[in-house]
Amino acid sequence: MSKGSPISPALMAARPAAPAAPSAPSGRDSAQTVVPQSAVRGPNNVVGPIQMLGSAAIVRSLEELGVDDIFGLPGGAILPTYDPLMASSKLRHILVRHEQGAGHAAQGYAMVTGRPGVCIVTSGPGATNLVTAIADAHMDSVPMVAITGQVSSAFIGSDAFQEADIVGITMPITKHSYLVTNPEDIPRVLAEAFHIASTGRPGPVLVDIAKDAQQGQMTFSWPPKVELQGYRPVLRGHSKQVREAARLIGESTRPVFYVGGGVMKAHAAAELKELAELVGAPVVTTLMARGVFPDSHHQHVGMPGMHGAVSAVTALQQADLLITLGARFDDRVTGVLSSFAPGAKVIHADIDPAEISKNRTADVPIVGSVKEIIPELTQAVRDQHAAGDAPDITAWWSTLNHLRKTYPMGFVQPDDGLSAPQHVIKRIGELTGPEGVYVAGVGQHQMWAAQFIQYERPDSWLNSGGLGTMGYSVPAAMGAKVGNPDRVVWAIDGDGCFQMTNQELATCVINNIPIKVAVINNSSLGMVRQWQTLFYEGRYSNTDLNTGHDTVRVPDFVKLADAYGCAGLRCERDEDIDATIQQALEINDRPVVVDFVVSRDSMVWPMVPSGVSNDLIQIARNMTPQWEQED
Amino acid sequence: MARHTLSVLVEDVPGVLTRVASLFARRAFNINSLAVGPTEIPGMSRITVVVEAEGDLLEQVTKQLNKLINVLKIVELTSETSVQRDHILIKVRADAATRLQVTQAADLFRASVVDVSTDSLIIEATGTPEKLSALLSVLEPFGVREIVQSGTLAIGRGAKSMSDRALRTA
Repeated sequence: MSKGSPISPALMAARPAAPAAPSAPSGRDSAQTVVPQSAVRGPNNVVGPIQMLGSAAIVRSLEELGVDDIFGLPGGAILPTYDPLMASSKLRHILVRHEQGAGHAAQGYAMVTGRPGVCIVTSGPGATNLVTAIADAHMDSVPMVAITGQVSSAFIGSDAFQEADIVGITMPITKHSYLVTNPEDIPRVLAEAFHIASTGRPGPVLVDIAKDAQQGQMTFSWPPKVELQGYRPVLRGHSKQVREAARLIGESTRPVFYVGGGVMKAHAAAELKELAELVGAPVVTTLMARGVFPDSHHQHVGMPGMHGAVSAVTALQQADLLITLGARFDDRVTGVLSSFAPGAKVIHADIDPAEISKNRTADVPIVGSVKEIIPELTQAVRDQHAAGDAPDITAWWSTLNHLRKTYPMGFVQPDDGLSAPQHVIKRIGELTGPEGVYVAGVGQHQMWAAQFIQYERPDSWLNSGGLGTMGYSVPAAMGAKVGNPDRVVWAIDGDGCFQMTNQELATCVINNIPIKVAVINNSSLGMVRQWQTLFYEGRYSNTDLNTGHDTVRVPDFVKLADAYGCAGLRCERDEDIDATIQQALEINDRPVVVDFVVSRDSMVWPMVPSGVSNDLIQIARNMTPQWEQED
Repeated sequence: MARHTLSVLVEDVPGVLTRVASLFARRAFNINSLAVGPTEIPGMSRITVVVEAEGDLLEQVTKQLNKLINVLKIVELTSETSVQRDHILIKVRADAATRLQVTQAADLFRASVVDVSTDSLIIEATGTPEKLSALLSVLEPFGVREIVQSGTLAIGRGAKSMSDRALRTA
């Protein structure tokens, strides 16, 4: 809580030091805001004052903010800005085929670069097409600045052509938003938007700019004065709370690091590794945190949640202490909340005070950036070890090691003679390696990609975790490839998802963005089908897509790839999988689409059925692990 | 469910009331009353919201409110530590026969008569919601034609000002 007197005493730590009086040295115990050097991103060149149009000020502001790449699509209300944009030598604008693609591309770009992704579209339908991507970025805390044109201020509210109240529409799904009607405000608003999007808990910021503000004269000077009295994210954790956390760690015999996407966003992988190795406790990485702690590390016990590893789910369930770092007790992780980790005390470190005790009450809440908190916690644990308090957790490890050995991630070969989708995805990961970037859509293939690819580094796994947006993969992979042009970027997509946004293949071809798309083609909306198999007596209502084996194959993904100017490959047999992946890896002058025809009967296991405790995890249909009787 | 009075200090920018109000709606909170107006500091407005909520939910919505960029500060004002007042205008039936009784009733509540016509009066009163509802029940037998009531206004007792600490240089 960064402002005012907090209602919750538990969050007192969050109160920042009041006015930046030159004196008032804060003691070790007082939490404080770590003030960045400047709230204005970029090199902070001193420019102006220069007279220019609002549209030129938008372009110039983006340049000064250090933006390189923008994804967008022009239209009437943003046309004035596209004119100076054409002249900019610093900004590369990538023309997408649908505004949603611009949004997801900006997300993918942000996820791999750590810098805010930028998209720019027109008013009305242009802006509303962006809504899904904005909601997605909001749920997954992705820094993004969305610039939308708006009708001239005189027309606002008159139901003018292509008018939509996009500020109103996106209010619940943005971190903040602006409607700009005065061109003089443009530099300040954009600087604020980038600051808000990229600091604290990152998120999308919408800047809606009326056409007359783009066309009006203004005086440009840089850097602008950023005035955000009501926005002061707390970065440093309260040191008393950190010491209390260390004390709990020192008493715990069954601790677990519950690591979420916040650690990824804070770029705190190295800090996490140091702390985890010092404590020696098992680490689980959530869907949003895959790769932030190496999968190959002996302390990594897997991904928790509805489709998590038995070892990871059980580690959380049986823990006596959750060391929660940048995670938010999402329902897909906790299952039925009241039965989640019933015996565990909770340390919860998060930069967003509203996440703490939202779903699960925290015993030790720590508000701040995990980038700052983890090293302090490491030091506090070290001090404690020096005092001789290091509990024995070997019994805990033997329990988890047993589970890990007995119930590894696995899959069965399907009966229908078709390839196992898990095997395809696993081989893509193995043949590409940990330096690749893997971007999934949503559904079965997403879960398999989270389970069967080994992630060894942060920012190598992108997906739509919170919102669950089918169609995320291709445009997000495109954005990731623009942000990381030297890496192999795989879009691991489903045949359903792929049909939602594959028009961006045109963008990839025209702009030379050679992504690789693996369509895991089971000819159906696989995850929905799985639920129909399990919970609706196999009544497959509207989940057949007719794209796979023994169907009419509409569309034919290889022909579709060809039509877009991509390389199109098809793989229908196990023995061709490796060679096909190799072939795809060797094509780097254009995007590749591989149609992996796989079985539709494969299901995602393990699974915690919806509405039950995580203790009832199933490793296959109606099969639960054999629990040891000791607890 | 308990009633809570929150004072929310906000930047006076377009849309701020929508942001605050829609957040309550989105988190399924019932607003009992809402009052908004300028403060002693230019550019800063104050919203007084009365909500019904349990402790944990109230804390959650407060934290969510605090995340709004335009929200500067939130305090909860309790009835013990603050002065809380509603304002009401009541149009009540009153002819020559009953006028005196009605005005006497108003006097008892230190309410004032602000408009008179041949068969009605408008009574203005300020007070706690309890006092105003007592006044209303006394006037009811005469025939209440119309009422309009403000949201609750609340201010902390003592010398401290809510906006003091919110005034910081960015």
